[in-house]
Amino acid sequence: MGRLTWAAIPFDQPVVMIASGTVGFVIFCVLALVTVKGWWPYLWREWITSVDHKRIGVMYIALALLMLVRGFSDAMLMRSQLALAAGHAQGYLPPEHYDQIFSAHGTIMIFFVAMPFVIGLMNFVLPLQLGVRDVAFPVLNSVGFWLSAAGVLLVNVSLVVGEFARTGWLAYPPLSEVAYSPGVGVDYYLWSLQISGLGTLLSGINLTTTILKLRAPGMGYRQMPIFCWTALASNLLIVAAFPILTATFAMLLLDRYCGFHFFTNDFGGNPMMYINLIWCWGHPEVYILILPAFGVFSEVVATFSGKPLFGRRSMVMATMAICVLSFMVWLHHFFTMGAGADVNAIFGILSMVIAIPTGVKIFNWLFTMYGGRIRFTVPVYWTIGFMVTFAIGGMTGVLHAIPPADFVLHNSLFLVAHFHNVIIGGVVFGVMAGITYWFPKAFGFTLNERLGKAVFWCWFFGFYLAFMPLYVLGLMGATRRMQHYSNMHWQPLMLVALAGAILILLGIALTGVQLAVSIRRREQNRDVTGDPWNGRTLEWSTPSPPPAWNFSHLPPVGRTDAFWAMKQQRGTAQDPGIKRTYEAIHLPRNNPTGFFLAFCAVVLGFSLIWRIWWGAELGLLGAIVVGLMQAWRTNGEIEVPAEKVAAYERLHGLKESAV
Amino acid sequence: MSTEIEAQGVSPGVNVHTDGTRRSYLIGLGYAVILTLASFWASSTDVVYPPGVPILLGVLAIAQMGIHLVFFLHISSAPDQTNNILALAFGIFVVGLLVFGSMIIIAHLNHNMMPMDRLIQMQR
Amino acid sequence: MSAAEQALARTEAVPLSLRGPAATRVVAGYGFWLFLLSDIIIFAALFAAYAVLSGETAGGPTGATLFDKTHVLIETACLLASSVTCGFGSLAVQSGSRNSTYFWMAITFILGVTFLSLELSEFSHMLEIGAGPSRSAFLSAFFTLVGTHGLHVTIGLCWLIVMLLQVATLGFQPMVSRRFFCFGLFWHALDIVWIGVFTIVYLGAHL
Repeated sequence: MGRLTWAAIPFDQPVVMIASGTVGFVIFCVLALVTVKGWWPYLWREWITSVDHKRIGVMYIALALLMLVRGFSDAMLMRSQLALAAGHAQGYLPPEHYDQIFSAHGTIMIFFVAMPFVIGLMNFVLPLQLGVRDVAFPVLNSVGFWLSAAGVLLVNVSLVVGEFARTGWLAYPPLSEVAYSPGVGVDYYLWSLQISGLGTLLSGINLTTTILKLRAPGMGYRQMPIFCWTALASNLLIVAAFPILTATFAMLLLDRYCGFHFFTNDFGGNPMMYINLIWCWGHPEVYILILPAFGVFSEVVATFSGKPLFGRRSMVMATMAICVLSFMVWLHHFFTMGAGADVNAIFGILSMVIAIPTGVKIFNWLFTMYGGRIRFTVPVYWTIGFMVTFAIGGMTGVLHAIPPADFVLHNSLFLVAHFHNVIIGGVVFGVMAGITYWFPKAFGFTLNERLGKAVFWCWFFGFYLAFMPLYVLGLMGATRRMQHYSNMHWQPLMLVALAGAILILLGIALTGVQLAVSIRRREQNRDVTGDPWNGRTLEWSTPSPPPAWNFSHLPPVGRTDAFWAMKQQRGTAQDPGIKRTYEAIHLPRNNPTGFFLAFCAVVLGFSLIWRIWWGAELGLLGAIVVGLMQAWRTNGEIEVPAEKVAAYERLHGLKESAV
Repeated sequence: MSTEIEAQGVSPGVNVHTDGTRRSYLIGLGYAVILTLASFWASSTDVVYPPGVPILLGVLAIAQMGIHLVFFLHISSAPDQTNNILALAFGIFVVGLLVFGSMIIIAHLNHNMMPMDRLIQMQR
Repeated sequence: MSAAEQALARTEAVPLSLRGPAATRVVAGYGFWLFLLSDIIIFAALFAAYAVLSGETAGGPTGATLFDKTHVLIETACLLASSVTCGFGSLAVQSGSRNSTYFWMAITFILGVTFLSLELSEFSHMLEIGAGPSRSAFLSAFFTLVGTHGLHVTIGLCWLIVMLLQVATLGFQPMVSRRFFCFGLFWHALDIVWIGVFTIVYLGAHL
């Protein structure tokens, strides 16, 4: 069994044992409930083996919400530790645990919360907005999701069996090399991210191809919704940047497993090259996260202002400019590593330039709202909260972009406050707006508005309480990733930050309550028209939830905001009228390949982590067998007969719509 | 082989012209052989100004890659190939930044920073 | 849109981007093209590491002492020829001719195996004389870059066998034809990467 022994389970650490015991118990209860109620066939057929982009999108978001709880519990541990560990007090988390906690927090929040949230939204919405039936490669879509889930599983197993990395969320060498991290922690980190990284890359290829090659007739690039443009930019970045992560992690793995010398201290290795390469990926990564959020805001602002988006063309150009520029600024993450003033100056200037297109976007949103009849729904709350919060975070970012200032602020709590400012204010607020906005489309009923606003206010005030003190602390000299500090003057600010974190915790809890209440009251909040917000884009022309085939006829698109145009044309001379002839529709059949490949990936990953070579061979062999079975699968499609399509349309009373 | 114009452009690698396609591969082979032999010759010749040899090798390599793209992968500037060209251009952009950016940055870092083994010796 | 309306849309007047969803062949080809670009970026990262570490020989052997140009010339010839035979094989697949497909793809396979065995013999010789990847950063970078290319060639050859089996069992169905098409893209891309490898690694070492 390689290095795996019973000693890997930390029986002597009560916190870990209680946490994992509780989680294990909850998982057991859930599985038992599903078994007793006989839900397995339904789950297998409708969700686990589904290749429908809508189902996969929902699963991504569910995965992200689950991991938000895990990542946030790490945050609570850190905040409470820092509130206690001032002066002589040591807190309750020794350094070797604290280091694993902040590493897990960052890794989980970026890779297993933010990425799945954003990919899930894009997955659900894109085909509906483009007016087509599914993404380019439905089976690959399922594979991508399940590989991400495999990564999630491995990271969480590290809590119980073994340990996690203590190297921060990017695992810099030489600390992450075998000489200084001989345990399995860094290996857990590397293998779970390699596996989920492959899933993300496949998703990026899938969605880029969908946007460029699969659009309804008449939907050219000028008619495509802005969310699709930002999704295109984001997915192009995924395709171009994630391979860098894969290659860099592969080099570190070779160092660790085979004694190579890419980033070691001796034999000519250069740890600075790792930092250079990892940030070549890392900077595009944050734009991968923020661009779809910008797209959500564009959609929300236009819909709830009742006006087309202002400055559409400049919006598209700003998006593609950000896409290109995001590859040209990566050195600003290591100004202090010593490249010198010339190089630092170039990247500093470029980092300031990249703020300009974002500024263009903010002005466009403001001008869209100006003169419109704004309906202050929950998504609009998140949007306005974003505009204020992200602007502040962006400004502190531009401050960091100035190398001399960065020499003071690098790796301080000021930096930590900056990136949480933009990620929470940008990505989290955007995802929450998007989830609230598209929830009725996915499930057929709207979320409770009052609770939604309560969630927003908790996050909004919680964020400011939690992170504004960190800006001050950073300027006072506090560094990041510290388990303890000796300056007693810092403690009051740490306490305020803890209060903010508790407020955010309340917000997360209220999200759960909101879901429960909305589900219970779903009949009162039913979306019967498919268009609860008086939307402008094509997804609102389908019933809520849409049928598996999305559109019984691919909608004829004439101009931007295609659905808005269709609504204007109803009853006029331009109305194309109702189509009464239906054709059979071919849909991809359910496919267990994704699930089984992910299972093999978990076996492979776990075995490699613990050096169980026969297990690794088994996992690899299993993956090859599953792949070959898929290669010979010839019955990949099912046909929905025309009569069934017609019956569905009649049932859902779609006499009003032209599609 | 369909001559119908494809929606959303043609995929890379497709032979749009059905006649003379074998010829395309053979012509490509011819050019590639000449350029390859030229590369090998360039790396060991005394005739070329020595600091110019890396540039010559670079040019020859790019030319060979171009031959492959045009004669084997049938990339062209036709309107139905635009998506393919744009994707290729983006890829080349990223590759260029990654390789040359890394080289420049690490050269600067190596110049300014003490080598790791000396640093460790100092700390012993 | 109905089939009739779609056919009507495919006239010269309507721009390509407005004609509705592309055919499966186009979609698969483009998706694979994007995958290839991502693969090339992996190689770019490895090239970058090689470029940065090629001088770090840690007192060990350098490229000039290890690399044999004739050996590399033969490897290059094998791979280039296999690209052309693969191209002929693609034409055979398009015309639906089984025997021609088997013939040309078998030659491609043999050339690929020759390339691999030459490369493996070079690697094993280097390991024997103590110039393995753990000797220095330069050698780590060399083995990883060239080895990753060799791994891709190996995977390509396995894929080729699977494809020939698919032709034998399933015939030239659209699915099989599409996959052969993607294989062709893959194989040509590998030759493009090799151009970079032999120029920068092998010829560059002798400068």
